[in-house]
Amino acid sequence: MSEYIIKNGTVYDPKTEVKGEVKDICIKDGKIVDKVSSKAKSIDAKGKTVMAGAVEIHAHVAGPKVNEGRNYRPEDKLFTYQPGGKNTRMAGGFSIPTTFKTGYEYAKMGYTTVMEAAMPPLYARHVHEEIKDTPIIDEGAFPVFGNNWFVFEYLKNNEMDNVMAYISWLLKTTKGYAIKIVNPGGSEAWGWGENCTTIHDPVPYFDITPAEIMKGLLTANEKMGLPHSIHVHTNNLGNPGNYKDTLDTFKLAQGVKPNNKFGREQVFHHTHVQFHSYGGDSWANFESKAKEVMDYVNSNKNMTIDLGCVTLDETTTMTADGPFEHHLTTLNHLKWANVDVELETSSGIVPYIYDPKIKVCAIQWAIGLELALYSKDPMRTFITTDHPNAGPFTRYPRIFKWLMSDKSRQEMLKGFKNSDKVMAATTLGSLDREINFYELAQMTRAGPAKALGLTDMCGGLAPGMDADVVIYDINEGKIKDPEEIEKAFSAATHVFKAGTLVVDNGEIISNGNKRTFWVDAKVPTNTQVERDVQMKFLKYYSVNLNNYEVSDHYVANPYVIEVEN
Amino acid sequence: MSKTITDVVCPFCGTLCDDLIVTTDDEGKKILGVDNACAIGAEKFIHSSDHSHRVTRPRKMQEDGSFKEITYEEAIEHTAKILVNAKKPLMYGWSSTSCEADSVGHEIAELCGGIVDNTAAVCHGTTLIAVQNVGIPSCTLGEVKNRADRIIFWGCNPAHAHPRHMSRYSIFPRGYFTGKGAKQRKIIVVDPRPTDTTNLADIHLQVEQGYDYELLQALRAAIRGEPLAGDVIAGVPKETVYEAVDVLKSGRFGVIFFGMGVTQSLGKDHNIDAAICLTKDLNDYTKFSIVAMRGHYNVTGSGQVLGWQYGFPYSVDLSRGFARYNPGETGSIEVLKRQEADAIFVLGSDPGAHFPMRCVKEISRLPSVAIDPHITPTTEICDVHVPVAFVGVEVGGNCYRMDNVPIEARKVVEPPEGMMTDQQFLSAVLERVKELKAN
Amino acid sequence: MDTVKLTSKVVPELYLEAEHISPDVFAGKSNQEIGDLSVHMGNQTYKISDYFTVEGKAGATAAETKIVVAGDVSKVKYIGMKMTAGEVEVLGNADMYVGAWMEGGKLLVKGSVDSFAGIAMKGGELIIEGDAKNYIGAAYRGDWRGMQGGKIVVKGNVGSDVGSNINGGTIDIGGNADVHLATHAEGGTIIVRGIAKGRVGGQMVKGDIYCLGGVERMMPSFKYDHTEEIELDGKKMNFQVYYGDLGERHGKKKGEIIYGKIYLTAAQPEGGEGATAVKSERKAKLSEKQLEQLATELKEMKEPSVQNVREYIKKTFGIDLKPMQVSRLIDSLSR
Repeated sequence: MSEYIIKNGTVYDPKTEVKGEVKDICIKDGKIVDKVSSKAKSIDAKGKTVMAGAVEIHAHVAGPKVNEGRNYRPEDKLFTYQPGGKNTRMAGGFSIPTTFKTGYEYAKMGYTTVMEAAMPPLYARHVHEEIKDTPIIDEGAFPVFGNNWFVFEYLKNNEMDNVMAYISWLLKTTKGYAIKIVNPGGSEAWGWGENCTTIHDPVPYFDITPAEIMKGLLTANEKMGLPHSIHVHTNNLGNPGNYKDTLDTFKLAQGVKPNNKFGREQVFHHTHVQFHSYGGDSWANFESKAKEVMDYVNSNKNMTIDLGCVTLDETTTMTADGPFEHHLTTLNHLKWANVDVELETSSGIVPYIYDPKIKVCAIQWAIGLELALYSKDPMRTFITTDHPNAGPFTRYPRIFKWLMSDKSRQEMLKGFKNSDKVMAATTLGSLDREINFYELAQMTRAGPAKALGLTDMCGGLAPGMDADVVIYDINEGKIKDPEEIEKAFSAATHVFKAGTLVVDNGEIISNGNKRTFWVDAKVPTNTQVERDVQMKFLKYYSVNLNNYEVSDHYVANPYVIEVEN
Repeated sequence: MSKTITDVVCPFCGTLCDDLIVTTDDEGKKILGVDNACAIGAEKFIHSSDHSHRVTRPRKMQEDGSFKEITYEEAIEHTAKILVNAKKPLMYGWSSTSCEADSVGHEIAELCGGIVDNTAAVCHGTTLIAVQNVGIPSCTLGEVKNRADRIIFWGCNPAHAHPRHMSRYSIFPRGYFTGKGAKQRKIIVVDPRPTDTTNLADIHLQVEQGYDYELLQALRAAIRGEPLAGDVIAGVPKETVYEAVDVLKSGRFGVIFFGMGVTQSLGKDHNIDAAICLTKDLNDYTKFSIVAMRGHYNVTGSGQVLGWQYGFPYSVDLSRGFARYNPGETGSIEVLKRQEADAIFVLGSDPGAHFPMRCVKEISRLPSVAIDPHITPTTEICDVHVPVAFVGVEVGGNCYRMDNVPIEARKVVEPPEGMMTDQQFLSAVLERVKELKAN
Repeated sequence: MDTVKLTSKVVPELYLEAEHISPDVFAGKSNQEIGDLSVHMGNQTYKISDYFTVEGKAGATAAETKIVVAGDVSKVKYIGMKMTAGEVEVLGNADMYVGAWMEGGKLLVKGSVDSFAGIAMKGGELIIEGDAKNYIGAAYRGDWRGMQGGKIVVKGNVGSDVGSNINGGTIDIGGNADVHLATHAEGGTIIVRGIAKGRVGGQMVKGDIYCLGGVERMMPSFKYDHTEEIELDGKKMNFQVYYGDLGERHGKKKGEIIYGKIYLTAAQPEGGEGATAVKSERKAKLSEKQLEQLATELKEMKEPSVQNVREYIKKTFGIDLKPMQVSRLIDSLSR
């Protein structure tokens, strides 16, 4: 493998606590090293910004509902296509790009690791087939556990060993990365057209509550010492007044200490908090509760969040929260797709237009940004759009601009049709904080990498780590117009993926050597769970147990993280 | 002595049963028996293992219409050349093969600027159009088994077309919440004719042939409590319409299965559009889902791969270096009828048997190649026939069930000696196309 | 206004995609530059000058540019696509996507067009003097935003799926309209001066459809509401107003439900099974006697083909049956 030296760039790397110093970054054999030989290819980064490859902690980029979204929205592709090139395939789509475009667009922005946020276990093979066709970026996928009948029954019976054995089996069977929980209990209730709207609503027929499900899975996660914590999307998403349910959910983790060997410090990650920080009791008096939510997050160091920023685009919402999507289609009357998955989960898809002319949309936009600006610890607050739910990931540079420039936010706020109402319902106008480059690197690199248990592998520039390195043509001290921020972060000049130059002068020149992360968590043999799995497949599943496992050849270049317990 | 292979996936229909047990001889060459499969599925296995009637090497049609054996290398060269030389090759089929093979095929189409289309073009493509218009509230077949107490079969006859559907998923199985099996379920069948499926129905809505759309909209209006114009709605007495509505609304979990009786009769996508809207409406009262009875065992998978690679489920025109989709223009039938293509490549389907005569004539007029394990009407009119191993019998690969659940098909016996799989053949064509393009 | 004249030199072997034939693209260009613009056939790229002679002169802006297309362009797609101003006149027939995604200006086709003319149109005027096929003024696949403004006039007949998802603008059809007119409409106006075949306004939420020649078979989910005098083309006429589609959701305005409306000229009977305005042409049928004669004849034919039998019926009884009918007849008689 070749050697590179990136010279004289302004480096921002929270992992090594480098805060905008001019220094050289050396790459050899795919890793960051202290020095390289004189044969190393030199790249001049003078006056430019150098960071580690960014880490996406939550996006919907591969799998059954993403693909249903693609297939049922031909209009999303209209006039968006880029032809293929020497190293690239043709690529298209706006809110739900094709797999090829997903890989290229992430790479062009300097993202090198991406987590698919919701994998229905029964469809795991599909998720991996798509991951395989997504070039460049490393990926992992979170199987959903929050509405799983095995989990319900074991937790109800207080059989923690069995929960852990089942988690271990399912991660291995689906080649999954972490425990995802979506609308716990509510998605199962949706099997009957119902929902659990608070964390204490019992799940029909299963005699368990969302709170018990989340607490139980949290306990199991820490007992097992998995790399990532539980990754939660709690009940009552998207409804006015839901911030109370959000805080109730946060409190489930209060005081619990992390247990793992991966440097992870949180026991609980809550995703797309923007959708969960709503006050008021109707759309008329809908308002931001970002401050209340962030006050709690700031004072509880054992949790992390990601934002779910609204980008004010036409997009496609998709979630394993089936009842929410049904609710949404009754609001906007746009096409509704739903898939309930036996014993495991539900899911839904509805296109949505976040129209800046509509008050609620503008308030949602403000809440996403407020969360970040209220955050006292950027290492625990990560930038996402819950792609494609609040907006496509390709809009990240625009969010960076908003977070880094009070001026650009004020212009937006003043430009809204319902400007006064939006300002009255939010506090964004009074927040003049501007996120700096170092904080940005925390929120998009070091922070998410640490939360995922990958802190020694990616998201940083310490020697020995994977050489995921990005150069942006921007100088923090010399920004005159906020638009420069969006432009520079949209198109990295150079991107290295594990030491391979994949983007050169803004062009994709290589498809890299993408990997799929999955977690092999060892537990003692558990014949009870083995028998239960067999019985459930025999009686209630529609596929045979022996056809359920994702065989190795579907996993693109696997990277297995083994967890001994 | 013999060998037994369990959990075998059936490469016949979209039901994709995965519980077959196949017995082979000791060397894994001949299939001796198939258990659990329906008659059609079993025959597929037994038939394929009888090599005596199979062509095992590519054949090229001669001037006089007879075929002469050629080598695989010659077939690869022929295929690559007709694709590279064409301005707009149509690459059709992709439904009776694995997703892995589809994926290689798409790369060829992308390089050659062709149209990729699957058998949805003549069966459930209209369903996909309807889904694009109004979405689709759906569920996996296991949900039906565990929860459903209202089953509607609309324009389909699973008793014959999807023989194990009723016993595995829809009418008879006893699931988690459906311990009483068929007793717990009410069955409505909508069909202009009495069939073996209507015999099982609690209510048979004998719709006037071609008026499903009217009946569906009438049901929707009736659900909303609106008056209906006329005493007989699309051939069904008004009272029966209201009776059916009561049954639908009073269930706890209902599901509509529909087939080509509605997707290809007058109204096409509009029929499905209305059926989906009916399902959506019913979710205001109870829980309802709708599932298409897909035909070919992996037509769904072809749509999935096209989806993640190009964003469209069928009839994808890649000719201009970017993907376009608009059935009515880019669908195989229109393309052939209007003579928009100048070469045709067929794999994993039999348009010679399924397409209108005008299109079949067009296939025989164009430079062509057909890749198929069997001799079919299509292979008989194409310039070159390339026999390949049987997916799901002689080679494995991923397939998608009618509810989009991916299941990996298994290999149970060896193909006849020296025979290529379609993935191998396509990969070789891809390499050759790349070489030809480079020059 | 300056005029560019394109005259087709050769009929393309396959079909030509010529979205650059638009005042917006031609404006400000020399004839040489216009001739160099790309046209596409399958995966091949050619120049406009390969297929057309270019004469005259383009204006400085789209609004000052008129394009006249002469010669056989019946295999040319996308003429006037996305145009926003100026004029295009096609002297003969054109293929698909004439005036697709059009936003302004005027596009006149003297002959007939194929499908997808004026899809997702936002403004301007599209006039087709001959017939038009399917999906005229409809939405692109999957989109809920069909025609939103402007006017489409088709003097002849139209195919099916015209005005799907229309929510603004006007479509005026001089002749007959095939099935599925204005499906999912949420606004806009459609006038059919000939006969509308059926499934008019299926699933419509809002909008107005005038059927001056009646509807062969009304949807059962429309209800007759009242008779109203309305001025159309400067003439006052009495219309029966039907509300629907009753199967669909409907919004409210000032407490009243707003339905989609179908206006039928008042000469027709009220109520009844779908207030049929015109009797649908009865399917041609053979009498008992003719059937007997045919049965005997069939026995004599060794392998009766549909084509042969159809011709025999036509010759002997003077009735032209559809091939499907003939095929069924053969089946039932040979049993």
